[in-house]
Amino acid sequence: MSGYFRDIYTGGKSLLIGLGVTFKAIIKPVVTVQYPREKIDVTPNIRGHIELVRFDENDSRHNCLVCGMCAKNCPCGCLTVEGEKREGVKGKVLTVFDYDFTKCSLCGICVESCSRTALTFSSEYELAGFSRQEFHFDLIKRLEGK
Amino acid sequence: MSTMTKFETTDKHRFLLNMGPQHPATHGVLRVILEMDGEYAMGIDPVLGYGHRMQEKMAESRTWPGFYPNTGRMDYVGAMPFNHGYVALIERMAGIEVPERAEYIRVITSEMNRIASHLLGIGAYVLDLGAFTPILYAFDDREDILDALEDITGSRLTYCYYRVGGVLKDIDDTFIKRTRAFIENFRKRIPMYNDLVTGNVIFIKRTEGVGIITADMARRYGATGPTLRGSGIAYDIRKSEPYSVYSHFDFDIPTGKNGDSLDRYYVRICELEQSLRIIEQALDKLPDGPVLAKPKRAKLQEGDCSFSVETARGVLTYYLVGDGSEVPYKLKIRVPSYSNLSLLEEMCTGMLIADLVSAMGSLDLVIPEIDR
Repeated sequence: MSGYFRDIYTGGKSLLIGLGVTFKAIIKPVVTVQYPREKIDVTPNIRGHIELVRFDENDSRHNCLVCGMCAKNCPCGCLTVEGEKREGVKGKVLTVFDYDFTKCSLCGICVESCSRTALTFSSEYELAGFSRQEFHFDLIKRLEGK
Repeated sequence: MSTMTKFETTDKHRFLLNMGPQHPATHGVLRVILEMDGEYAMGIDPVLGYGHRMQEKMAESRTWPGFYPNTGRMDYVGAMPFNHGYVALIERMAGIEVPERAEYIRVITSEMNRIASHLLGIGAYVLDLGAFTPILYAFDDREDILDALEDITGSRLTYCYYRVGGVLKDIDDTFIKRTRAFIENFRKRIPMYNDLVTGNVIFIKRTEGVGIITADMARRYGATGPTLRGSGIAYDIRKSEPYSVYSHFDFDIPTGKNGDSLDRYYVRICELEQSLRIIEQALDKLPDGPVLAKPKRAKLQEGDCSFSVETARGVLTYYLVGDGSEVPYKLKIRVPSYSNLSLLEEMCTGMLIADLVSAMGSLDLVIPEIDR
């Protein structure tokens, strides 16, 4: 019989301790963020999809030399880089920089392997779409359109 | 491998129950065929492979740096040690020296990731047993870690942060300040977990004496990590075969006594404190200097090499055979959860199905790591 009452005592005590923890949380300020309506600040260091780096604020040119190291090193094979020779221009001129985000695993090896730091990570994180084509980025167009 | 048909053709055909592959208590796509006698599971047969992505084959089809992102995707809950094992393996094979600061940063981030993984493991385990609240507290603390790690690594879950020869990016003062604040805050929170979960009568009744793994049994199956330590064997790669700079730090290996689910759970709770101790010491001793040795595209020499690290779930071993090219000839990955899962049949035969959920949850399985 004494075991029965001891069980009730210990059970009730542990229940009250647990409820005490919960009760303290009730009187704490709300931490839930109502996402689409309010947003948290995201660190600028977030490793999103890659992007070509602008020369500077007003200049929409880029640093790419079309060496193709990013495409060669990419483990997922999600980059297509093509260039052509133009008269009067030293080296190659970038004509195609296609980036298939559906295959990308965001490892950052392309950014590392770029000797001219022509690539960087975007801090964009709200990426959702209805079709696969929306995630085939033309990075040259993105650079000019910014 | 036995299947449904094997059970059905035997004379002692009993009620067959499929637990999984889409069952919340199996934490992923694990299917367990249970042969039920009333409410008792008399036959248990885990069926694996639903999340198989041929990670080992993928390693053989690309140059070794190309395997970085894959390492974090095997155990997505504790990705850092998986990264660590792989880069350390290549470093050992190619004879690359790592700057000391980088090693310290590796230890700090690995231990933070271990805490995050244990918090998720504990939270999900208690959720399996029917308590919803603790996982919310666990996620609250885990969020602090993920935010801090996101700031330096750039991602929240599948980090690809370690590189052969160091780490991708140096840590800054904000990170150090944040981590110290987290340690202080989290020390105060551990007693709260004990109040809320460890001391709870219902939790104790569901876990004490359930799913007992004796030390001998754990050894026979090659169980590692908290599953082994819960059975009373103080085996931890960080102590017994220290890699990186773990030998510089002072920490204990918590062990259990009875080897039941409660012990395995409590070992994880104690490990939280030990990880905090390691991080604290590493932050105090953090040396200055570069974080990435000059990267070189080393060819893998002919021969083989292996490296073991202690992940949140146990011992992870990478074994690599090189043939002189940049592409590994063979990469074998020994994951901890696979061995831990193999205990299930012997541990749980003849158990009530509710106890089986409790015992299986205490192994803290991550299925993509088993299937890999």
